[in-house]
Amino acid sequence: MIFTLHIWRQQNPAAQGNFELYQIDVSEDTSFLEMLDALNEQLIEQGKEAIAFDFDCREGICGSCNLVINGAPHGNHKATTTCQQYMRDYADEKELWIEPWRATAFPIIKDLIVDRSSFDRIIQAGGYIEIRTGSASEANTMPIEKHVSDAAFDSATCIGCGACVAACPNASATLFIAAKVTHLSTLPQGEVDKKRAEKLLMAMEEEGFGGCSNYRECERVCPKDISVSTITTMNKLLYQST
Amino acid sequence: MSNIELDSHTPKGKLEDRWTQHKFNLKIVSPANRKKYTVIVVGTGLAGAAAAASMGEMGFNVKTFCFQDSPRRAHSIAAQGGINAAKNYQNDGDSVWRLFYDTIKGGDYRARESNVFRLAELSSNIIDQAVAQGVPFAREYSGYLANRSFGGAQVSRTFYARGQTGQQLLLGAYQAMSKQISEGTIKHTSRCEMQDMIMVDGKAKGIVSRDLVTGKLETHMADCVVLCSGGYGNVFYLSTNAKGSNASAAWRAHKHGALFANPCFTQIHPTCIPQHGELQSKLTLMSESLRNDGRIWAPKNKQDCDTAPEDIAEQDRDYFLERMYPAFGNLVPRDVASRAVKLICDEGRGVGHAIDGKKLGVYLDFAKAIAVLGLEAIREKYGNLFEMYQHITDEDPYSSPMRIYPAVHYTMGGLWVDYNLMTSIDGLFAGGEANFSDHGANRLGASALMQGLADGYFVLPTTISNYLAHQQPLDLDKHYPEAEQALKRCEEKIQALMNAPEPQKTPDEFHRKLGQIIWNACGMARERGILEQAIIDIQQLRAQFWQQVKITGSDQTLNQTLERAGRIADFFELAELMCVDALTREESCGCHAREEHITKEGEAQRHDDEYSFVSAWQYSGNVSEPVLHKEELHFEFVRPTTRNYK
Repeated sequence: MIFTLHIWRQQNPAAQGNFELYQIDVSEDTSFLEMLDALNEQLIEQGKEAIAFDFDCREGICGSCNLVINGAPHGNHKATTTCQQYMRDYADEKELWIEPWRATAFPIIKDLIVDRSSFDRIIQAGGYIEIRTGSASEANTMPIEKHVSDAAFDSATCIGCGACVAACPNASATLFIAAKVTHLSTLPQGEVDKKRAEKLLMAMEEEGFGGCSNYRECERVCPKDISVSTITTMNKLLYQST
Repeated sequence: MSNIELDSHTPKGKLEDRWTQHKFNLKIVSPANRKKYTVIVVGTGLAGAAAAASMGEMGFNVKTFCFQDSPRRAHSIAAQGGINAAKNYQNDGDSVWRLFYDTIKGGDYRARESNVFRLAELSSNIIDQAVAQGVPFAREYSGYLANRSFGGAQVSRTFYARGQTGQQLLLGAYQAMSKQISEGTIKHTSRCEMQDMIMVDGKAKGIVSRDLVTGKLETHMADCVVLCSGGYGNVFYLSTNAKGSNASAAWRAHKHGALFANPCFTQIHPTCIPQHGELQSKLTLMSESLRNDGRIWAPKNKQDCDTAPEDIAEQDRDYFLERMYPAFGNLVPRDVASRAVKLICDEGRGVGHAIDGKKLGVYLDFAKAIAVLGLEAIREKYGNLFEMYQHITDEDPYSSPMRIYPAVHYTMGGLWVDYNLMTSIDGLFAGGEANFSDHGANRLGASALMQGLADGYFVLPTTISNYLAHQQPLDLDKHYPEAEQALKRCEEKIQALMNAPEPQKTPDEFHRKLGQIIWNACGMARERGILEQAIIDIQQLRAQFWQQVKITGSDQTLNQTLERAGRIADFFELAELMCVDALTREESCGCHAREEHITKEGEAQRHDDEYSFVSAWQYSGNVSEPVLHKEELHFEFVRPTTRNYK
């Protein structure tokens, strides 16, 4: 398969970036990131600098990889991360436009790599349960209804990749926050902190993310299928706490 | 380099009292003085994040570093199956003693009894801690925690969160760590990689780090250093590890005198999706649970290897595990299954894509299970795994069999540590996969998460407190020439990589070649001649690497090519030590199968009289001449027996 690639190159956060043109011939069983690996091998051989992009586990769970492919965060294939896209998913396309996440709160570091440390700071603002590390009571003393625990798990699967922000016209991180609030605050252990939603929303605003105005684009691109119903749950908790 | 005295500092007395008594004997630092001590933690996966959170909570000044863009991305996140704990919630006869015994036996009697018992003892408390943090483990309709069974055990003691147990436990530790960051006890730096150790008067007193965004080298001083930097499976190039997983922190510590234990003990997982092409960057694991219903086979005749599996008649199929091991069949342990698959493919009966002219794959067939149990039952049990397989290979496992081949998954070897998890360098500790401590020659499923968290939440905070209680806090305002020298060494190493005399080949090209050598020589089966040749090949390729590695871009900005080259340089040295270790261990045990030490029936043959020891290797100043120290293993409570699965 031969593709024409337009890839965003940007030397540093302050530099003016632009799309550069490349061509590559790969087999359809190659993963999207392996296609970029192959291109990088060629670039290095030609004495050119490799394209910088984030990746790590390459099995769809660490949340490192983050490419916008032809306008879609994480590409064509729904409910999966960039690293789990294969070139055969792009058999109908000849040209691919590859860009980084774009949001004020995710400044570009280099090429396709963005700085997502704002997500870490949001979690530090209250995205945890206040238990002293190292001392906890016997786990089975507090039964939790299965449906409650299962629902908490569904929101806990967020991998913090930031696709929700990249897809949102407001560059809002509301889904990311709502997933964490729903995970922790619906469990009896986490219920105590009534201000969690408020704290996380404040931190989100301070980091420069926009607010939610119900476009629901986030849900559509989430690789882990986190539902916008978590936002409803969060809003409910928010009103209850004020 | 001075001679090293290998003392495991294992307490004496009744096995079940040792940890309790030891904890009582250890000193603690008074709460008011704790903030005067700085602890550096390198790597923030399960072990590192847990240790940092615990020590931060205690009031120490903790500095953490990870190379990923956030601690939440460490490869602990990818563990699927679960975490063992001797809770005996199922009331099926489980106990701390039974978990201890299973782990010692599963490790083929090459681990320390005291350490393993402590691990079993702490396992229960890990579950308590995780549940309190909000880890959503699977529950029964009663509201109580659910368990499942796992390989190598006759009881149900594995706690799980669907197929994402590692993710949920890591997020728990990450959140605990985030809490401490907000309280100011932890200062964390992401996108930052340890380059070297700073030694002051023979003690570990700091690290040199490289900011991966700006390329800036910096020194950080501390009262002690903890490495929780993971395993070295990526030495093989293709493995189930994350791409960034590396051995550099551990290896650079080794070169300052930390002994490296049992480097040849690497676990090969039998059910991975086979390599599909030369460009492939990593391998994906398919859960071991598939072997409960799938039947593994290969064509009896070589000429059938290209025939579609559906067209191969029943009598022309060789269900080789069922044939070789009638009692356990497809459910033999990981090492046994892996070796059998290799044997079949080496005979030329492999199937699937040919890589370098060899077909490396066998069938894992569900046709019979579907016929007996029905399609729906199979979908219910394995639906997500079948989907994953189909997504990666574009083949439908419901209608034609999966293809599988073994892949490197975990490394039991690592930095040698004593009972306190301190390495042979004073003030340098190692936890999680980075140390060698608890799994012997083979790790049982659902034990990696358990060990990482036991080390992180409970062992390291206790033993490090004791260590610090015996130290005067380091004067951080003082100027340390050792730090400057270390920084200079790092700078020189980076320049050597950036300016190879005849730059020609990319770092990955070297890594792929190294991977092939080590996989062929020190993978599923090892033998003297091949290992000896591999050592020569590695030495030659390593020399070529330093001569010809080509790195573009600058070392003053983000440069992933340079990062990779630095890690590969260390893999080149570790790979040689792995072969030397494999060569020295003249027996087969656990994952380590020496062709010369296989019984007539094709089973691994341990030699307890001569090899019941931990091989701890010292760097001598010359990578090719490591010095072996032996820590004899004493079994006071269990009697080593031969594993038999026929």
